[in-house]
Amino acid sequence: MNVELKNIHKHFGKTHANRGINLTIPSGTIQGILGENGAGKSTLMKILSGFIQADPGSEVILDGKPVYMDSPASAIRYGVGMLHQDPLDFPPMRILDNFLLGLPSSFFPNRKEATQDFNLLAKEYGFSFDPENYVDSLTVGERQQLEIMRLLFLGARVFILDEPTTGISASQKEKLFATLKKFPEQGMTVIFVSHKLEDVENLCDRVAVLRGGELVGETKPPYNTSKLVEMMFGKVVTLGERQPAQTGDTVLSFQNVSLEDTRLKIKNISLDLRAGEVIGLAGLEGSGQGMFMRACAGLVRPVSGKVILKGRDLTGKSYHTFKREGVNFLPAARLEEGLVPGLSLTDHFVLAEEPKGIFIDRAAGQKLAEDRIKSFNIRGTPTSTVESLSGGNQQRAELALLQSPLSLILLEHPTRGLDIESVIYIWSKLKDRCRQDGAAIIFISSDLEEVLQYSDRLLVFFSGRVSEPIDAATTSVEQLGQLIGGKNWPEKGGAHA
Amino acid sequence: MLKTRFGGVLFQAVAFVLAMSFVSLILVAVGASPLEAYKNMLTGSVGSMRKLAEVLVSFVPLLLVTAGLLLTFSAGLWNIGVEGQIVLGAIGTTWALRYFVDSTLPPALIIALSILAGMFAGALWAAFAGILKTFGGVNEIFGGLGLNFVSTALTLYLIFGPWKREGVASMSGTEPFPDIFSLPQLPDLRISPWALGIALVAIVVVYFILQGTYFGLRIKAVGKNFRAAYLLGIPTWQYSLYSFLICGALAGAAGALQVTAVYHRLIPSISSGYGYLGLMVAMLINYQAIWAVPVAFFFAALNIGSIQLPIVLKLDSSLSGVLQGVLVLFVLLMEGVRQKFVKKV
Repeated sequence: MNVELKNIHKHFGKTHANRGINLTIPSGTIQGILGENGAGKSTLMKILSGFIQADPGSEVILDGKPVYMDSPASAIRYGVGMLHQDPLDFPPMRILDNFLLGLPSSFFPNRKEATQDFNLLAKEYGFSFDPENYVDSLTVGERQQLEIMRLLFLGARVFILDEPTTGISASQKEKLFATLKKFPEQGMTVIFVSHKLEDVENLCDRVAVLRGGELVGETKPPYNTSKLVEMMFGKVVTLGERQPAQTGDTVLSFQNVSLEDTRLKIKNISLDLRAGEVIGLAGLEGSGQGMFMRACAGLVRPVSGKVILKGRDLTGKSYHTFKREGVNFLPAARLEEGLVPGLSLTDHFVLAEEPKGIFIDRAAGQKLAEDRIKSFNIRGTPTSTVESLSGGNQQRAELALLQSPLSLILLEHPTRGLDIESVIYIWSKLKDRCRQDGAAIIFISSDLEEVLQYSDRLLVFFSGRVSEPIDAATTSVEQLGQLIGGKNWPEKGGAHA
Repeated sequence: MLKTRFGGVLFQAVAFVLAMSFVSLILVAVGASPLEAYKNMLTGSVGSMRKLAEVLVSFVPLLLVTAGLLLTFSAGLWNIGVEGQIVLGAIGTTWALRYFVDSTLPPALIIALSILAGMFAGALWAAFAGILKTFGGVNEIFGGLGLNFVSTALTLYLIFGPWKREGVASMSGTEPFPDIFSLPQLPDLRISPWALGIALVAIVVVYFILQGTYFGLRIKAVGKNFRAAYLLGIPTWQYSLYSFLICGALAGAAGALQVTAVYHRLIPSISSGYGYLGLMVAMLINYQAIWAVPVAFFFAALNIGSIQLPIVLKLDSSLSGVLQGVLVLFVLLMEGVRQKFVKKV
């Protein structure tokens, strides 16, 4: 299907998110859309998929016909389907029920027929699902596949994928790309939105770059990476040189710690973490790294073994005890676990400080907030509620809440969904804190390059097994990718870290 | 403009007009004149000092309950059990008065001790709901509802059992206490300035707790995001429990004042539905303490103003309840409409 966007404008209050974008995507191509956070990519895609409506005067033309889409449902009737960054499904339900939900069907769905259709479609695209299984047993990557199938079934001819490679493994990514590459042969159009250059370069037939709400350029292969980066940011950006850690005394020590939850068992982890050191945790989502991190924070109690922080045995102590000893945990779900929606930035900073007396000194709180906003470069005011901030600014706000003194910072996906400039900024702040306070960092990331770039040593998790600490400087992305996928592991028994 | 405070007030004004029109329609439908009805309610509530004093008698428990509920709502809790907490306050006070009735302590001290006993009993009842919630995983709405029924049964048991009047037990309640155990009232009026003072102090204290203290900010954080509050280092379940305890104590005070300043005995319907009415007031003011006094006063005025409707206009006095309920519904509805508007703009 041929997609033509003509003079697309969109205002959100005073913000001009799309400024007259003109883009034609011929049938049977994979179109990449690049841009940093806030470049207007998501807005443009939401307009194309009917989630929001563009300002008057803008036109969406499908196969030569101007169309007006006032909801995702009407978009899918025209054949436009969107795959969201977070899968929109119903985890506690069966796969088949989830599948049936989106279909226009009678009051009593014909399960048998639907099962047949489902299996046929799955086979055609090389997916394997048990339709009677529950959605919450699937990985993020599998849920994506399920969503793609649902859109196919609904008759989508234009697929919009918004940052689909976030949070899925390397092999799932390969599979996703292989699937997507089949689409153009059938005359379908794929629009692939990302800020990951590598993905776009590998997949797309053509790339359009957005910056500040405008279309700043279109290119075709062969791609020139530094040119693309320059178009995205308007200047040249690099990650910078690796900085070797200056390591000091032992901060955290795990002695033969075993952890257990309903799904996983991790046995006998031993690890010494020194001040100034950064440890990256790599692995597929749900391989045990989350549980390990929560054990470091005191949120999960070890089944056996000892957890020693700065010489104090904290085994089995509560999270709040760990926190008093200088362990800070920044969860990935910022608005669900990290911050309190409805409260302002000032409120957050006041809450994070030790109370002085009974009454809050408003003036001091205001000043504290202004200082932090400035030093952490948060785009917001002291009275801004946290949910009104963008993702990157929420992340900065979380960093600004780190207590002092610190001994250990635990971060879950600290830069997920952020553009490269924010990533660099956040890591420079983290490294600063590390140096100042003699703190250590443990972080989880599904971005392998980030893991290798910023950690001194790394631990790889694979279905409950933990690797020896690996020197990040001498490891390549390929080696790491294979370990994450469960290849090249030493024989069982020696899994001590 | 719609996002500003003024915009919010505008929408609430519209809600008020809609609610009044809706009730007027009902009145017209039953063949009554809305204007006459409203006029009667107005003169029946603030038409004379006597009437005004009656309104204040109703205003005191309503304000106390609302003040307490502002804390539990801020903590994200639906303290439906507030009704039972009023009842337990009344029972606690009656128990203390009975205990001290023959003692030689000065009456003022006895009254003070009895009110404290009522607050303690109310807090205890709230603690049950809180503990069920925190340690038993029982939703506070269900726990509170259950405890409300228990409290009613307990009142009846006491009135018809151990605390029954000499000779004959009756729905009119326990034996009235001697006058010296009543809070002093204004000459010729039923309102006790002491009771009014206690209620006003309570709302002011709650206002400052929520606006300016670490305690209040933490309660709000717990209410808005329990998990994040825990990760930020706030002892979450303790704060939930504190809010229950304070709300229970204030509801208990309302019950205590019903005994010491209004009925001078324990009666079966001692709580008079002030708990549920307080929930409505708290919702109507969107949990903002600053509006509690005028709105609670307005609701109390509706209650009292409707009393003479049956006599004058042959209308049922439950009209005030209809008006209160409709008002809350329209305000919530308009808030929903406003949210949609704000999103679109």
